[in-house]
Amino acid sequence: MAFLVDWVKAGLLEVQEFVRMVSQTSRALFTKPYYFRDIVEQFDRIGVGSMTVVLLTGMFTGMVLALQSGLTLDQFGARSMVGRLVSASMVKELGPVLTALMVAGRVGSGIAAELGSMMVTDQIAALRALGTDPIRKLVLPRVLAGLIMVPFLTCISVAVGLLGAWLITITQLKVASSVYWNSVVMGLYIQDVWMGIIKPFFLGFVIVTIGCHVGLRTRGGTQGVGRSTTNAVVAGSVAVLVVNFLVTKLLIVLMY
Amino acid sequence: MVIERASRPTLLEEALAFGGPIVVFDRVSLSFDDKVILRDISFTLKTGHTKIFLGASGAGKSTILRLILGLLKADSGVIFVNGERVDNMTEDQMMQVRGDLGMVFQEGALFDSLSVRENVGYKLFEESNVPFDQANVRVEEVLGFVGLAEYIDRKPSELSGGQRRRVAIARAMAAKPRILLYDEPTTGLDPITSVTIDDEIIKLRDLEGVSSIVVTHQLRDAFYVAEHTASRVNGGHRIDRASVEKSDEAEFIMLKDGSISFEGNASELRTTSQRDPYISAFLS
Repeated sequence: MAFLVDWVKAGLLEVQEFVRMVSQTSRALFTKPYYFRDIVEQFDRIGVGSMTVVLLTGMFTGMVLALQSGLTLDQFGARSMVGRLVSASMVKELGPVLTALMVAGRVGSGIAAELGSMMVTDQIAALRALGTDPIRKLVLPRVLAGLIMVPFLTCISVAVGLLGAWLITITQLKVASSVYWNSVVMGLYIQDVWMGIIKPFFLGFVIVTIGCHVGLRTRGGTQGVGRSTTNAVVAGSVAVLVVNFLVTKLLIVLMY
Repeated sequence: MVIERASRPTLLEEALAFGGPIVVFDRVSLSFDDKVILRDISFTLKTGHTKIFLGASGAGKSTILRLILGLLKADSGVIFVNGERVDNMTEDQMMQVRGDLGMVFQEGALFDSLSVRENVGYKLFEESNVPFDQANVRVEEVLGFVGLAEYIDRKPSELSGGQRRRVAIARAMAAKPRILLYDEPTTGLDPITSVTIDDEIIKLRDLEGVSSIVVTHQLRDAFYVAEHTASRVNGGHRIDRASVEKSDEAEFIMLKDGSISFEGNASELRTTSQRDPYISAFLS
């Protein structure tokens, strides 16, 4: 029983500290000072740095989706509808979720490891001693980069996925290019596009805030840094799937 | 623009002139859960003097430095730094107080991703309105002071342990703080390198007028800092054995289980060790 109470207390403490960090970050967003160099650097590291992995993920997901859809649609003699299936899947779900999972693996772990190392080597304390608020210097630039760059990466991932699917459709499935693109457009409603654009903002926010929170709560030397890195990826990935479900449900209620 | 110390009101300046109470602890206590870290700690650091905290690991020495910086908050008691009560300040208010404080962390706590120049000039480059050129001149000046001018463009990972500590001292002193806090500045260093660090502490105190608190369990370094003095000679400097009066300005505080078990100067510490088994064991 005591173990359960301690476990619940520890969980509540984590939630409290997470909410506190997010509220401090919100305050830092609207008050000076800003560290513009760090903001630009994080946009580069999180956005441009994740480009390769997102391009590859998007491309191969689109390609395999076209292959699998082609097989299934063949059973109904509807191979020409492959674009419709691919676009709906990529824009609404696979693009945002797979991009977010890739970013959670690459960026979430990187943030937790970097901030965790700074915690255990007293660099965060040194920052505060030198008159710098770590939330403004370290967390806000990462949160802004996550908020802005994850939707941007998702758009690229979806575009590349549709291109990959087009490649497979015309070369393997022998469907005409114009039929494919027409089907892609026909398969999408404006609400689907909005859903594909809105969701990555939430997912990007969740990934970086969890990475920052876990990093700044690191204790216990290098072993603690390793633990934080793992926790950031696991918690970030699970949070992506949970938040994706919740936001999808909310958007369906609001838009459809 | 010449880099100057943070300005203070005239009355405060007079009150905190040499020998004034620049850091005051009054019955400060701190616990983490059921573990008592500090119990009713009271002391005063006088301007231009050195306070040396001794004690076993976990005795609460580093915690005192973190309380002064506002990195931790006391459960009870009152703390004054530079004439301002800091124990009830918010983090934003503490940022102002920290402008006049410098801290040398254990192992240096240098920023890995920045060069020595960027580390040393961090406060000037990022947290002040000092023009870049002026800040750069100051960085070169303080690196020259600690004898590491030629390492200015290296990364911390390319430096030895002793060099990292000296860069940390340079970083702490770059913005000309009135108070410097040293957390185990010589732990893990060989005796020769330790003396170079001790010399920097003495130089800052005697040549720059910086008040300092040194936390250590290295007795040899503690006595060296207390019993030596620095003076300017022909544009350089010299470290000599201090007079008895000068040595007495450095006060020792021995912490034991979060409480003060001894407070006095070097000679009193040696005398007390003959009748106090804990101090005797510590000094032997």
